[in-house]
Amino acid sequence: MIVRIMGEGQFRLSDEVRERVNGLDNAAVAAVGSGDEDSFHEAFEEMLQLIRAEGEAVADEDIESSDVIVPPADTSFSDAAAEFTGDGLIPD
Amino acid sequence: MAGMSGRMSTVIKAKVSKLLDKAEDPSETLDYSYQKQLESLQNVKKGIADVVTAKKRLGMQAQKLEQSVVKLDTQARQALAAGNEELARTALERKQLAQTELQGLDQQVAELQAQQEKLTESEKRLRSKIEAFRSKKEVIKAQYSAAEAQVRISEAATGVGEEMADVGLAMQRAVDKTEDMQARASAVEELEAAGTFEDLTQLGQGGDDIDRQLAELGAGGGVDDELSKLKAELGTGSDKPRGELGAGEQA
Repeated sequence: MIVRIMGEGQFRLSDEVRERVNGLDNAAVAAVGSGDEDSFHEAFEEMLQLIRAEGEAVADEDIESSDVIVPPADTSFSDAAAEFTGDGLIPD
Repeated sequence: MAGMSGRMSTVIKAKVSKLLDKAEDPSETLDYSYQKQLESLQNVKKGIADVVTAKKRLGMQAQKLEQSVVKLDTQARQALAAGNEELARTALERKQLAQTELQGLDQQVAELQAQQEKLTESEKRLRSKIEAFRSKKEVIKAQYSAAEAQVRISEAATGVGEEMADVGLAMQRAVDKTEDMQARASAVEELEAAGTFEDLTQLGQGGDDIDRQLAELGAGGGVDDELSKLKAELGTGSDKPRGELGAGEQA
């Protein structure tokens, strides 16, 4: 699966990493749902780090569309409320 | 169902397919799409230049604030030396306000700098993508039948379109942020301008609306401390008559 972190570029994720990202995605949605700002930032930050660390950066020359687009790292809690809803970024 | 990602991808794909529907001939579509991409790249470059300009302007506003901090400090000293403690207090309150704003502004300028670097990085990436698209389109034109080409074009254009939308959005955010800061900075500047010494001497000790607001913002404590420090420095000389001060002159 290919994920784009807005403003940073695309990353190719293995199925195993995808599952872990999905778990964090769901945690972020839950945190937004319960209005828990700290937990949200924790989950979101971890999710970004995981994508950057475990994902393989897609070369600039490769032209491929993303399966999932992740909001930028400095997303505020109020912005997140509009984006992390339902199944989150990755549909279950 | 899908969150934001689903929606955004859909929007980008819709835009791209609209583009593709315009021309029937695949090679024409490819060239047209390439043209569009170049145009977008130009806009991105222009946008980055705007952000740089805005950042510079903010830096200049910070400089102005710095100057007014110095000026207000001088004015406070003058007022105290002339025995007008009320006036000195007001000047110090404004000075503190300006200092707080200055700190915020400095930090925001640094933030903007970071954003600008990221943006430039994205623009570089977009350029490589467009370059890749250019060579890819020639290959597609040469190798595939019309039907196959249409599918390939759509795939390629979506990939580049996404990058384009990404850079565009990042830029929009940077511009929004800048405008926000500029609005704030100029509001403070106005406040400062409205509170020059000339106005104060006219007001005397009355304390108008701005004074009250400033007093609230200044939160008292720090001003009192600074005032007594100033007094100590000046040896509490308060026998001089009031109103002898020039309007906002430097010492």
